[in-house]
Amino acid sequence: MTVDETWYLVLSALLFTIGAAGLLVRRNPLVMFMCVELMLNAVNLTFVTFSNVLNDVSGQVVVFFVLVVAAAEVVVGLGIIVAILRRRPDATADDVSMLRG
Amino acid sequence: MVDTIVFAVAAVVILAGAVGVVLSRNPVHSALMLVMTLFGMAVLFVAQDAHFLAAVQVIVYAGAIVVLFLFVIMLLGVDTAENLSTEPLAGQRPAAGLVALASVGLLAVLAVRAVQVSTGSRSVSAPLEGEPSNIATLAEVLFTDYVFAFEVTSVLLVIAVVGAVVMARRPRPDPEGDELGVERHAEAELA
Repeated sequence: MTVDETWYLVLSALLFTIGAAGLLVRRNPLVMFMCVELMLNAVNLTFVTFSNVLNDVSGQVVVFFVLVVAAAEVVVGLGIIVAILRRRPDATADDVSMLRG
Repeated sequence: MVDTIVFAVAAVVILAGAVGVVLSRNPVHSALMLVMTLFGMAVLFVAQDAHFLAAVQVIVYAGAIVVLFLFVIMLLGVDTAENLSTEPLAGQRPAAGLVALASVGLLAVLAVRAVQVSTGSRSVSAPLEGEPSNIATLAEVLFTDYVFAFEVTSVLLVIAVVGAVVMARRPRPDPEGDELGVERHAEAELA
């Protein structure tokens, strides 16, 4: 790897921050979910980079599990969003902050 | 040289996609920008010899998760553009910008330090390089050292299927409308 590992980690930090800022700023629950995916991807990049630096495949195994958990999380989260938005089509995250219908 | 160009192009694609996700007013555009970021990420995985993960990234993320997002957006018809010009909470955006700047600085410093003093010991049992391919090494570690976590993951997936079906189902006495498609979609996505 001729590109220095630091660049991968800095890119990952930038991506994580963009995702976190989006999660703070946006109010549409679907877009907030996509921002969570961005943050998960940033962490995955870090794991793969360290796996490469340390020459150990365990980091890639962790990324594999993160992918599976992310898939499960998206399915359950979108199920909740469907249940909420079907009742109130223009609900934002602020409208359901009390977790009551 | 080629590696540097690949990294630079992929980094630009990733960051442009990420900014697009946050700034798009239409959720459909956000989802498409997310695909862009995920593809850039797959390129960087290949550049770091994680070939299996690159393929899984494209298949699972771009192929399943984003499609699920789009499915929900289309199904609910919430693809109307959101008005981003008004701030719901006073001072929320400056505060978010400040937090973002602080955390990116902190994380970058951490990243530089971490490479200088990597604390992990180099693995002798499962090295990345060498005779068996990336997929073979990954599979061997996954089904020996991490086999318990692997089995727990399968339980997690079953729970997710059941949860999605239960939550996306409409309540039993339904006075209006037929929304049977929701259940079928939740099951089909995980099949």
